[in-house]
Amino acid sequence: MKPINSKEEYATYVDQKTPNSPILKNCFNAFWVGGLICALGQIIFEICKTRGIDETTSYTIVSISLIFISAFLTALNIFNKIGKFAGAGSLVPITGFANSIVSPAMEYKSEGYVMGVGAKMFTVAGPVLVYGISTSIIIGILYIIFNTQSITLI
Amino acid sequence: MKKVGNQSYFMSKPINILSTACIVGPKEKDGPLNAYFDQCLEDEFWGENSWEKAESKIIKETVNTAIAKSKIASSSIDFVFAGDLLNQCISSSFGLRESNIPFFGIFGACSTFGEALTLGSMTIDGDFATNVVCAASSHFCSAEKQFRFPLELGNQRAPSSQWTVTGSGAAVLSKDGEGPYVTAITPGKIVDMGIKDANNMGAAMAGAAQDTLLCHFKDTGRNPSYYDAIFTGDLGHVGKDILIDLMETKGYNIKANYNDCGVLIFDKEQQDTHSGGSGCGCSASVFCGYISHMFKEGKYKKVLLMPTGALMNSTTSQQGESIPGIAHAVAIEATCPNL
Amino acid sequence: MDWTMVLKAFILGGIICVIGQILIDKTKLTPARILVAFVTTGAILGGLGWYKHLINWAGCGASVPLTGFGNLLAKGAIEEVKTNGLIGAFTGGTKAAAAGIAAAIFFGYIASLVSKPKIKKQ
Repeated sequence: MKPINSKEEYATYVDQKTPNSPILKNCFNAFWVGGLICALGQIIFEICKTRGIDETTSYTIVSISLIFISAFLTALNIFNKIGKFAGAGSLVPITGFANSIVSPAMEYKSEGYVMGVGAKMFTVAGPVLVYGISTSIIIGILYIIFNTQSITLI
Repeated sequence: MKKVGNQSYFMSKPINILSTACIVGPKEKDGPLNAYFDQCLEDEFWGENSWEKAESKIIKETVNTAIAKSKIASSSIDFVFAGDLLNQCISSSFGLRESNIPFFGIFGACSTFGEALTLGSMTIDGDFATNVVCAASSHFCSAEKQFRFPLELGNQRAPSSQWTVTGSGAAVLSKDGEGPYVTAITPGKIVDMGIKDANNMGAAMAGAAQDTLLCHFKDTGRNPSYYDAIFTGDLGHVGKDILIDLMETKGYNIKANYNDCGVLIFDKEQQDTHSGGSGCGCSASVFCGYISHMFKEGKYKKVLLMPTGALMNSTTSQQGESIPGIAHAVAIEATCPNL
Repeated sequence: MDWTMVLKAFILGGIICVIGQILIDKTKLTPARILVAFVTTGAILGGLGWYKHLINWAGCGASVPLTGFGNLLAKGAIEEVKTNGLIGAFTGGTKAAAAGIAAAIFFGYIASLVSKPKIKKQ
């Protein structure tokens, strides 16, 4: 092997030496687990529909149900195993958002219920709320600017 | 003066390793080095209610075991040099707060055990102490909590990532005894290879390991075959391969007798530890368990132990800094040539 | 029950997750960044009015991934703007997503009361 004389050469060499993630296997697992979670959501949705519940409420029921299942599996110390296997398959659906709130809550319990559980709950999910809510506000404002005919300004 | 070359030192007195002790967690118990540990825990909490308290208890009990095995009264121990990975070295200071021994809390990331042995040997050699204890610990769960993510978060680990060893090792060094001896030390410089990926610590630390190893060979006039075995602390599978390559480019072939504590402590295939073990407890427990056992059995006569550390925390990596590495080399021999 | 919708949800949900997986493996983004990227993308697509086509086609396949959560936020903001004006931009998004946020917080709190983290065993 050639001598390494710069940080750039070292970085290129390290890239070659470092094993890559098994991306095909990971994508396959992410696909079917993620698909299954969404399909489960759809089944809950269909059940709601047959009971005559309106669409918006049905979607809400689906979210709450999946969040509950995710929190339950996290509390049983099972969700991390699913996550390790499925990667984005369990992270990207709303289950991943729930897990990212539940797992720090459990982890930081040792620092108490206020500054531990209460404060640390959002260490992973906090940014999601910050960016999600901020984006929605900007979108609302843009909507006012570009669709002024259809709405009434205060 | 005992200094040779740029940064190496031969001890002028025999620095005995009187006794060693190590306590490790359940995952390490399932690993290949199982037979060499003094005690293996059944669960990571060890009856405590937090990971941090459990880690403190591990280092406390390890130090107590090492002192008990040395048959020296703890009142005759002059100093303890101990460190760990948690902020402000709390595992060591809380674990040893009842020990009643003058305490130096040290931080060298995962190279802490090498740093402790180095400082302990220097203190004895400089006539500041007769007996010192050197200890280091790490805990998988407390390290994950501080450096990465909550345990229950469902994420995947990168193939180059390493598994922090739950465990602690402690060694009692003394002026008197029958060896093995610390005969030479090469404290390492901070070396930054520009690696930013916190999931690839092996690559970040390999440069420091190379630097210290080269200095050690140049300063002491020794070559790799002088030693029965050379151990780095926790370069893991990725870093170990890189170090072999790096040394080859400098004209040293270390393949024959070089290994890494992080590679040895876990079975990569069976235990799914990716690139291997890491943490202060990795080199500490492998040295205090496996390597000192090999000395006792006479299988090793000359060993170079070189714990490696990545000197970073989550703030520096969030700020986009690269990861500086360090490695301290300690030569341990069954006989002491300078007697 | 409409099984074709279930199948479509499976397919679209799976595809969205595969996009996430490629991002994880190729870009080394942390989970928090992946979630942020998805929620923001979903909100933008929702704001442009494109995301509703995915929901019409695959139902929960589009609404359950976090892009759907983003879409919900954007849609909520726009709906409220229509009725309440500027204030709606501030109230609408969070109102629409309230159930998800509240459920995650509440169940998270309960979980922390009853359970402890455990190490990953093989």
